[in-house]
Amino acid sequence: MTTTPMPPTEAALQASFDATIAHHDRIEPRDWMPEGYRKTLIRQIAQHAHSEIIGMQPEGNWISRAPSLRRKAILLAKVQDEAGHGLYLYSACETLGVSRAELVELLLAGKQKYSSIFNYPTLSYADVGTIGWLVDGAAICNQVPLCRTSYGPYGRAMIRICKEESFHQRQGYELLMTMMRGTDEQRAMVQESVDRFWWPSLMMFGPPDDASPNSEQSMAWGVKRNSNDELRQKFVDMTVPQAEALGVTLPDPDLRWNAERGHHDFGEPDWAELTAVIRGNGPCNAQRMAHRRAAHENGAWVREAATAFAARTAQEAQR
Amino acid sequence: MTGDRRDWPLYEVFLRGKRGLNHVHVGSLHAPDDAFALSHARDVYTRRNEGVSIWVVRADAITASSPDEKDPLFAPSGDKVYRHPTFYEIPADVPHM
Ligand SMILES: [Fe+2]
Ligand SMILES: [Fe+2]
Repeated sequence: MTTTPMPPTEAALQASFDATIAHHDRIEPRDWMPEGYRKTLIRQIAQHAHSEIIGMQPEGNWISRAPSLRRKAILLAKVQDEAGHGLYLYSACETLGVSRAELVELLLAGKQKYSSIFNYPTLSYADVGTIGWLVDGAAICNQVPLCRTSYGPYGRAMIRICKEESFHQRQGYELLMTMMRGTDEQRAMVQESVDRFWWPSLMMFGPPDDASPNSEQSMAWGVKRNSNDELRQKFVDMTVPQAEALGVTLPDPDLRWNAERGHHDFGEPDWAELTAVIRGNGPCNAQRMAHRRAAHENGAWVREAATAFAARTAQEAQR
Repeated sequence: MTGDRRDWPLYEVFLRGKRGLNHVHVGSLHAPDDAFALSHARDVYTRRNEGVSIWVVRADAITASSPDEKDPLFAPSGDKVYRHPTFYEIPADVPHM
């Protein structure tokens, strides 16, 4: 009665994959996909997951020194969200056939990366506001188009994340607004913080398009929907009026409106700095990795205790 | 497994409406094994093109929260209004927020 159908040829599988991509449809975990697509996604989603987890550190640094209970509760909730974002993304990545344990090992061995922005220090509480406004703002710029990425589980994780990011950006901006209504000293703290974070925030979009070798293939696969430079421009255009409303100066003498292009012109980020930070030579790379390693090792007993408890409960249920 | 239909386990059925969407719970059915559950789910829940993918999972494999636990589980997030973007007052003329 049952006949085993002939397995489709590789060419047929590739053709159906290409057709799905051409329709701007989504690839789902049980679909056939080219090995390069799978590898690119694993690298990108893992890097994204690691960024959420490492990204807890710069702000986590301030939780115990928040200026009020209100700010403490907000910051705690935000950092907690970032842990959740990491989990959504590790789970999405696991649908591609890797385990979270493997990914964590690759991070700890320095074989997978995380966003360069988290290798900068947080020197004052104003940085909590600036990170929410600029860093989460840049992340939102990056992540909104990724809600339509071609890999279903990644897109769905991005949708959840984007919903939560809105709170992150607004609490940061509101914090800065509050400080700008304060004393001269507080206003100076905000400006100093924006001065430090502006250029690293622009670098979050990655190297310029002509120096980003994998981008073209990622765009063809629908993994990325916009180029690095497009997103960077969009971020600058969005942020300039926000900076004006806040009353801070963005530290770029070349920043001005270009009516002809309908966009802001802006200066060139220091790409040598980005390369150095990516290679491990940013101000906090070593500290971030050491902290993550220590957290992983110090948390081992919790994982072991949970496993032992589950085993004992199962044993007792059998009796 | 005996031939008596009353012994067939209950399965919960989840459908993906189209590519890109989550599987969503649509209902349940009894079946003698996983393969039958899948084909019955096809017959019962996708007669009008409702899905492009089906998951079936034995109901006894699902751990669910109980209604009695509703308060201890969910009340703690009730008073954390600061987790919502609307908690933060930002002037309406600040764009893209
Ligand atoms: Fe996040
Ligand atoms: Fe965030």
